[in-house]
Amino acid sequence: MTVKASSVPAVQVLRKSRRLPKLGVFEWVVEIIKYLVLIALAFSFMLPLYWMASSALKDDSQVFTVPPVWIPRPALWNNFWDAWGIYDFNLYALNTVAQYAVPSTLGAVFSSAIVAYGFARLRWPGRDTLFSICIATMMVPFQVTMVPLFITFKHLGWINTYLPLIVPAYFGSPYLIFLLRQFFKTIPEELSDAARIDGCSEFGIFLRIILPLSRPALAVVALFNFLWAWNDYLGPLIYLHQVEQYTLALGIEALRRTMTTTGIAKLAYPHLMAVSTIVTVPILIVFFLAQRTFIEGISLTGLKG
Amino acid sequence: MSILRSKRLHVFPSQFRSLLPGLLFVSPWLLAFVLWTVYPTAASLYYSLTRYDLIQPPVFVGLKNYIEIFTNDPHFGRAVYNTLYYVGFSTPLGIISAFLLASLLNTRVVGRSVFRAIFFFPSIVPAVVTAMVWQFLLNVQYGAINSVLRGLGLPAIPFISSPQLAKPSLILIHMWAQGSAMVIFLAALQDVPRALYDAAQVDGANALQRFRHVTVPLCTPVILFNLVMSFIEGFQNFTLPWLLTQGGPNQATEFYTVFLYRNAFIYLRMGKASALAWILFVIIVAFTVVLFKSSARWVYYGGESE
Repeated sequence: MTVKASSVPAVQVLRKSRRLPKLGVFEWVVEIIKYLVLIALAFSFMLPLYWMASSALKDDSQVFTVPPVWIPRPALWNNFWDAWGIYDFNLYALNTVAQYAVPSTLGAVFSSAIVAYGFARLRWPGRDTLFSICIATMMVPFQVTMVPLFITFKHLGWINTYLPLIVPAYFGSPYLIFLLRQFFKTIPEELSDAARIDGCSEFGIFLRIILPLSRPALAVVALFNFLWAWNDYLGPLIYLHQVEQYTLALGIEALRRTMTTTGIAKLAYPHLMAVSTIVTVPILIVFFLAQRTFIEGISLTGLKG
Repeated sequence: MSILRSKRLHVFPSQFRSLLPGLLFVSPWLLAFVLWTVYPTAASLYYSLTRYDLIQPPVFVGLKNYIEIFTNDPHFGRAVYNTLYYVGFSTPLGIISAFLLASLLNTRVVGRSVFRAIFFFPSIVPAVVTAMVWQFLLNVQYGAINSVLRGLGLPAIPFISSPQLAKPSLILIHMWAQGSAMVIFLAALQDVPRALYDAAQVDGANALQRFRHVTVPLCTPVILFNLVMSFIEGFQNFTLPWLLTQGGPNQATEFYTVFLYRNAFIYLRMGKASALAWILFVIIVAFTVVLFKSSARWVYYGGESE
């Protein structure tokens, strides 16, 4: 194919039907450069994560070698097990999932879906104004409301509990509302009309028609919310101060702290990288299993409403 | 449009009939808006006028916090400078690199989805992990990058331990985790109607001209979206500077939110922290308004207005 064709999809389709036309020398050079650039970029994007995983398998002598060791020999697979045991990371993983990610995701998805239905499928005066306000609140930085909310939650006695991280999710999240509204709007209005004629209530339409038809969108939104909770650092940092309540993010930080305050402990870096790897791998697995969901969800974000 | 509008007028009564269900459906968010946005924003305005350490009840001190911040706190100017520096470089660099990367992937590429996955993945790696890995990579003594340099007989680069390089290093990490902007751009690029490229080619436009006069204008709405998101993210940048450099060295990465966090939760100066939060709020609103006002000049919204 010619280079022109490669940058112009329309022409590409035309050319495709004609079977591979001959490439000129110039086009070949451009194609080769393009792939070289892409492969070089792909390597540099993967390098930090490869470094993390390979360092997890090293001993101290391999960590500090010049030039760096890329393939650890011997590979200390025990590092993963040892590092996980330095702190109670099993507990932190359980905290992250059962106390934070799952409860907040359940709440955020269901409430955001209800709200999105009100914004997408019903026509009422003031709707568009309220929706613009909803979008605008996404731009209010967390740091602006962080202090007064902390004070409020302190008065409620919620510090050192997961409530400040979970309860707000049950009121819907503007970002998820926005995503779900975009999706709900694509469902044909006729389906709702038919149900209305049959005497179905609005909430019934929401539960029995819109929700079942929106499974892919709900999956996107649930995935995003779960990921935020899994990755969140500032929220747990502010509200959770007791070691037995730590999330994985706080656990990793605690691990680093103990390893550097007393000088660099033995195997400090391999252990830190081992825990970091273990925390990243579930995301990698979910990402590969649900890659299309991810990409479509992110793409949906950029569409104008 | 005019038909729609008149139709809307005629169904007015039914619109009002659905006012109650509509409000009921959005009521969780309405409550959230009052509880988690309006109230805290108003409360922080009140707290910003007090001295409050969480132990003693707040004491009203008028504008003292603001006066102190603007006239008697060298750290404030430093934090504003650092944040503007970071936002000013990371936003355009991040947007341009994400757009170019997306454009490259939008050409005929074998294995496009593999490349897309590789470029996207760093953006969903937990920020804490990102901080740990990059701290290790960039370390002046035993970081991988410096080991390579030393192995080649070159001098080591003190990326995050030098005040001059700390901010550029954070910007570099930001560009590594630009995946979601890239994916959004790629989706927008794939939406550009092919007929427009055909027409441009028939008119004799070369590849560069087609990029400049077809691709870029049609992507401006998405560019605006990514710009706004990147601005807000840039102003909120906390986890990486806090974990990588703790605001150092020599306050080079003392960004606004790091400074705010320090005042609120380390020094327990809730009054001053609230004042800082309000100043940040005003700055972000001003930036966003300017961005949206200017967008009328450069954002292209298809043939018909929406």
